[in-house]
Parts: sequence; structure tokens; C-alpha cells
Amino acid sequence: MSLISTLARLEAVESGRAQPLATVRHRHLSPRPLVFVPLTTAGEAGAPLGALVGTDRESPRLLAVAQPRDRELRFAFLAELAETLLPYLDGYADDVEPAERNETDPETGKRVKVEVELCADAPQLIVPSRPGVDFVRLLGRSMRFRRTAEQDPDSPYPAPPRVPLLGRWLTHYGERARVPGSSLLLAMTDLLGRHWATGQSHLEDKHLGALLAWIAPPEGASGAEAALRAEVERDRGGQLVCPPAGPATDPAFDNKLLAPAMELYDRARQALAAAEDGAAADEQLARLTSAEREIRALLRGVLRPTWDAVWDGIDLVRELPEGPHVADRWTRDRWSFTGHRDRVRAGEPPQPRRDDAVSAAQKLAARETAQAQLEAQEALDDPLVLAGRRLAGEAFVGVVTDVVMAWSESKRPSPRPLLTVRTDDGPHLGVGVKAYRSLDGKPQCAEFVRYEEDGAIVLRLLDRMGRSRDPAEGSVPEAGESVAWTLFEHEQRGGPKLPEPEDTPWTHGGPPRTDAAESADAVTPEDLL
Amino acid sequence: MSTSLDSGPLPQAPATALRQRLAELRGPSAAPHPLDARALAALAANPGCKRRALLDGAGVDKAALARALGSPATFGQSQFAFMRGNAFEARVKADGGTELLRLLGVADPHGAVVPDLTAAGPEGRAARTALALREATGAGAWTLLDHPMLALEVAGSPAYLEPDAVVVHPDGRWTVVEIKSFPMVDGSADASKVGAAARQAAVYVLALERVAALTKDASVDHSVLLVCPKDFSNLPTASAVDVRKQLSVTRRQLARLTRVEEIASALPDGVCFDVESCSSGELASAVESVPSTYAPECLSACELAFHCRERARTAGAVESLGRAVRGELGGLTGVAEVLSAARGEWGDPADPTVAALRRAARLRAEALGAGALGTQAPGTAAREDAVAGRGTA
Repeated sequence: MSLISTLARLEAVESGRAQPLATVRHRHLSPRPLVFVPLTTAGEAGAPLGALVGTDRESPRLLAVAQPRDRELRFAFLAELAETLLPYLDGYADDVEPAERNETDPETGKRVKVEVELCADAPQLIVPSRPGVDFVRLLGRSMRFRRTAEQDPDSPYPAPPRVPLLGRWLTHYGERARVPGSSLLLAMTDLLGRHWATGQSHLEDKHLGALLAWIAPPEGASGAEAALRAEVERDRGGQLVCPPAGPATDPAFDNKLLAPAMELYDRARQALAAAEDGAAADEQLARLTSAEREIRALLRGVLRPTWDAVWDGIDLVRELPEGPHVADRWTRDRWSFTGHRDRVRAGEPPQPRRDDAVSAAQKLAARETAQAQLEAQEALDDPLVLAGRRLAGEAFVGVVTDVVMAWSESKRPSPRPLLTVRTDDGPHLGVGVKAYRSLDGKPQCAEFVRYEEDGAIVLRLLDRMGRSRDPAEGSVPEAGESVAWTLFEHEQRGGPKLPEPEDTPWTHGGPPRTDAAESADAVTPEDLL
Repeated sequence: MSTSLDSGPLPQAPATALRQRLAELRGPSAAPHPLDARALAALAANPGCKRRALLDGAGVDKAALARALGSPATFGQSQFAFMRGNAFEARVKADGGTELLRLLGVADPHGAVVPDLTAAGPEGRAARTALALREATGAGAWTLLDHPMLALEVAGSPAYLEPDAVVVHPDGRWTVVEIKSFPMVDGSADASKVGAAARQAAVYVLALERVAALTKDASVDHSVLLVCPKDFSNLPTASAVDVRKQLSVTRRQLARLTRVEEIASALPDGVCFDVESCSSGELASAVESVPSTYAPECLSACELAFHCRERARTAGAVESLGRAVRGELGGLTGVAEVLSAARGEWGDPADPTVAALRRAARLRAEALGAGALGTQAPGTAAREDAVAGRGTA
């Protein structure tokens, strides 16, 4: 954390309100995002308890599992989730625009441009917090290797038809969320924390209710008071007024409300199974239905505040103007969505449990590039982020006081003007250090030459001045102009090329095995522990 | 193995005076609160906190204390998680622990000995466990001790610990088994949960080493066996976890804990943490008389964290924003102090921290279009005019 954001936190403590960390929005927000607020059963892995999901703030769809240890009910939940999510995802798959992609021609080995489809927009999922992102990944992992009755007629517990497909999509979204700056799957706490500094620590910022309380405290209250209330205030029954944003539930809710309701449900189910005649069965069925309704009402009660909080967060973030480079990063997200759509359509198998060496290295390299790119783009988009880099000596803003024309010493001399820049910033400059500025959205490079006696910096411009002997109009700053320079590059180059997966050296496990397809997870007949 | 006991010889006779003093602090009627997993985690999370060291050392029930102070802790366990944990452990240990021993790589799990460890009281059970460990080591056969009881000297008084299981190898090695109900998906589990389990297991290893030091040919394995459900099923899978790091941390912390004597002797007379007999005002001043080191990490480990946070915030301490913030601000410790230094109202401009703060405040105000920090440092206005209107994109 830079000193500037520390200062913002201290100001927030003093003023009782969160302070801005950004002047523009650094993440893409879809005009129609899908909000997904999941809950999980304590102690069980990947056993969903309920969820609110939908694209309309006013009418969320409640999915609930009355008894999470019952496989049938869990499958019913997942099937319903697939019915809700997949149409949303599919809705973006067919609206395409033509695009070009560089590919290696398998015959000649040359790089050629190929005409491909690119989805015009991509679906965006928003969850309340980072554990929610992990839960999406876990749900994806738990579903993608399941077998449906159609895929495997011998499967003892076949999954509903579209569940494995949803698992693949959720896995893709979960993986994409690990790429810095991507916006396909966003956690609201991350989104808010990127744009505001609260008067509490990062750890406390993980609580969505408390974070929102700092950013938009209720009338007459300070952010600190409101955040404390969000954290600890309980009603008469001992229940949190602001339930945790999930997926974990509050133990008091589990013990006092949910467990008794589930017991009623279990008993009603047993009674229904034991009912001897039609009249008794009808009566027990009514009891079962009311017990189920009770559980649904309880879940809705703890999900709804979080649902509303996520939409409040969306409204807050939407008010900020979008940063100029956000669209560029969103295009990458669209490529990612299109790529996975193509893999699904081509009938490729689900993502493997573990990546092979080459894919893993590629993923890591891509994330590193994305991180560097994100940092550069945010600084270019936002003077407040740039201020942090200036403080760290990685950028400087200065006024050009003098321009002296000079030329390179080649046969066809090119312009290499010398600029004298006066700045109060303290950039880390040395011989041969390059500085970059943005010229019509493209980086222009300069080289540090020397310090003048009065501390002014002399730079030599190196490129983007056209082919002729005299620099093109507007390509050289004029005296009196104020220019922002960065010492980091604006665009990132990828690393060295990795070998094809088939050429993986033995030191890295050798080529991936193609004969062994990923098998489904082992299932045990008993489902109740 | 006894060579690794670098914390010196066993404290043979615990200082009775200290024990009496701690009992007084706890209150005459209160039984000492056992050092549970959370206290152990807190031990590693914030070693520098004297308040926690003293309260844990004296065995004060911090949850009750926090309630009495009006800032109750929010820890709790869902009965679903509790039930699942118990059911999974029962499943792993079913049938004489054959499944568990198979996970350890035992060829003939049915031939293993599972001694009966029942005895009266924790002391009796601890003695019975020590005896069983000696016998098993001498016998040279696979032995599974189900819920043994171990004693560990903590701050002059014995704490009793109950690991899930200890397995004795034929070669005299003892391995701690920790059974947890969080899943191991595709061979990896949640790092923070594994870390907590490792810290917990390290304390068991430490307690076992005290017994091993007195047992011929015995040694304690420095990697423990962590047993978890595999993927999304209830089938167990296991992984060896190296706990050497946690072991040395815990050993150091426990050695430090014995210094509660110093902390206790520095207290004013009449200080008492007895929830029964003291008013909340008395308790608050008693707690206040022991210095604390609050950090936001305490919130997930210590019952008193909400109380300490409240105090830190009221005092305007920068620690409440995180340890990193505290480190960044050098000698400045108060929120008001830092902000007035940043505004140029206070502080020595030659101090590098103050200079950096002023620069940061100036750059921030400039980026936000001035005036965000209220009063401006003198002499910055002209500069802002000079750079106004620059393009950054």
C-alpha cells in the first residue's frame, strides 16, 4: 500500500467517510450484470445451501436446498442454477462481430491473420466477496466432472443434464477471475475496495456491510459507527442484523434458526414416507411443504440484505466515469469468453484437474503480463494512481522549459530533440533510463541524458516523430507544455515462447497423457455423513 | 530426540508463587481456562501482546471477560460443521483405525494395537498415555493411540491437550494425526486452514517431545499426518505436513509465556480479572493496566479483539488500520498527528517520514483537484497552477 492510500485511510478515519482511491472506474461494469449471492453449508465441501441470483434487482430468483446433505436436493438446486445461469451466458454467445487473430499456419509455420468471431459483449457475474469467487470455482470443480445419464448410463447417481456444462463455465469464470484487471467475475468487496479507502484495515474491508457503511453511511451516522453496527449488531433473537455476505453463514443462524427448521423438514419427510393412507399422506405433504417454505423464508431473510448491498455497490461504482483503458481490458475478457464458447462448442473435454506444465506456465505468464499492464493502464487513466507512482519515483510530471533540435548521426539523420523538463518530483533516473509519455494514446519514448545544474532533467526524444528529417507536427512537446512521464512501459510484451504441450521436456513431466481422460469423482452410496 | 529440546530442562517445580499470583488474577472461584486451539493460534498471530500473554497464561476465560466488557467476541461454531467433523473423525477411526493406518502406509492395519487409554481425570489420562507410549515403543509394533492426553507446561501450570490420535511406529517414531473435516480437493486444501491445523499439531508434537525425552529409543516425527475428506466425498485422504517451522515458533512463544511472571509483577495491586466478582468498570481498568499490542489480525484469533480495537480507535492509534500502515509511518503513531504533519501544521520537515507525508498529501490533493485535505501545505498552490491541465492519458 502506498503512502498516498494510507493517507486516504487516515483521512477517512478523521472525516468518518470513505475517501476516493480513484477518480475513474477501473473495472468494466456490464449494463446488465448477473448477481449471484450463494450460501454454503458449514463444514461441507461444495454443498450449496441457497442462493439469490438474477439480473433484476427487484426480482431475484431464490434457489434453496431444504436438506443440503441430500444428493437429490443438491442436484435439483444445481439443475435450477444451470437453468438460470446458462440462458444468461448463452444470451451473449451468438451476438458476434468479425475480428482477426494471428495464428501460426500449421503447414508453412508462418504467422497469418485469420478471420474469427468475437462476441460483441460478454456476460458478467458479480458475487459479494472474494470467498464468493472461490465458491464459484469450487462449484465449478464439483460439477464439471459429473456424468449425466446420457453420457454414462451406468453412472449410479447421474447428474441433471446441463449441470456438467455449468460446471465448465463456472470453472472458466473462476479461473478468469485470477487474471488481474479482468471483469468477467467480480467480487463486490474488491470492486469497492479498489475505488475507496475506508477508515479501517484491509481485513475489515472484507466485510461487505462494513465496507458499504464507510462509503455511504446512513444519514447522520459516521462511517465508523455504521460499520461497527454492520459487524456486530444483533436483533432480539441474537441474529445479525447485517448477515455475513457468504458463502459461509453465521453460526448463530445455523444453530438457532436453520437447524430446527431442517429437523422439522426431516421429520415431515419421514412421516410422509411412513404415511399409510392417502389422507395421512396429504396431511404430511402439507407439513413438508410448509417446512420447506419455512427454510426458504429463512434463507431469503439472510440473503436479501447481501443482495441489496451488492446492487447498492453496483450503483456506487457506476457513478464513476469509466477509465479510458477499461474497454481494452474488457475486450480481452470478451476474447476469453469467446474462446471458451468455442471450446465448449467444439466438444472439448472439461478443464483438467491439474494443468499440464505448458498450460500452467502460460497462465502464469499471462497473469504477470496482465498485472503489469493493469498497473500501467491504471496510472495512465487516473491522476490519483499516477500520484502514487510519482511518489514512488516511477513517474514524474514536469513543464518543458526548453526544446533543442538535434539529429541522429546515421546516414539519414532522424530527429532526436533534447527537452529540458523542470519537475518537483523525484524520479529514479540514471544513465540510459527510458521515460515514456502518452502521445495520442500511443507511448512515445525518451531517454534520460543528464541533470542540468539547477536540477532540471534533460531528455532525448527517440521515436514517433515521423520519417522525415523534421519531426511531425505535434509530436514534440513545446516549451511551456506540461507533460506526464512514466519510467515504466505502457504496453507489455509477452515473455519468450513456450514449447508446444507435446514437446514438454521430461524435467516438467513430459508431454501430457492423452490416453487417460479425466474420470468422474468417486461417489459413495451413502450421502449422509 | 532429546537434543532438540533447546528450551532447557523441564521446569521441575513450577513456581508456586507465580501459580498463586495467576490464580488470584483469575479469581479464586474460576477454574483455569484450558489453552484451546484458538489460544494457540493467537499465540502465533500476535506474540508481542502482553495482555493476551497474561490472560492466556493465567487461564482467564477471555470470552466471558469480553462479554463483561461489552464487546463480546463473535466466534462460534455451526452445529452442522461440528456434526460433520465428529462424523468424519468417527469414520476415519472406525474398525480399530484400519483406514487411518492404511493412510499411513501400514501393510497390515488389522495387526495394530489399540490400547485402552481410559483413566480418571486429565492427570490420570496423561499418565496412562505416557505409559502406553512407553509400552508401545518397547513392543516395537504399530500402535494407535486414540485421543491420548498430553500435558504441557504453560506459564507454570500444566495445560492438557488431546490430539485426535498418535501412531507409534515399530521403529519407535511417534506421529501425530490431525483429522479435519475441510476437504482436500485435487490434492490441495485451503492454505489458511492447513496452517491452523499445523500450528495446532505443532503444540501436540511439542508436548509429545517432553514424553519422548524420558522414553528410551523414542522420537517424535516432525511431520504430522493431516487427514481430510477427499474431494467432495466422505472418503478420507491424507497428507504429511511438515511442522518444523510452527514447532520452533510455538516453542519460542511458550518459552516467552513463562515471562508472564514479569508482566504480573508489573501490575498494580488489587488487579483482578474475575468476571464473577468485579464490575465491568473494574474489569475495564484491570484490562487497561496490561499493555496490549492490537493489530487487525487479532480479530480472527482473540476474544478480546473487539475491545482492544475499540480502545485503539478511541486513542486514534494508526495500528487499527493494519500493521503495514504502522510500519510505513515511522515514529508517528496517532491519526491526528500524522494528518497534521501531512498538512504542514506540525512536525519537523527534515524528518523523512514527515517530508514524504507532505509530498504524498500534496500529490493526492493535486490529483483530486485540490482542497481534499482541507488546509494546504504552504507554497503548494503556485506549483499546482504550474501543472494544472496536464494530460495523463
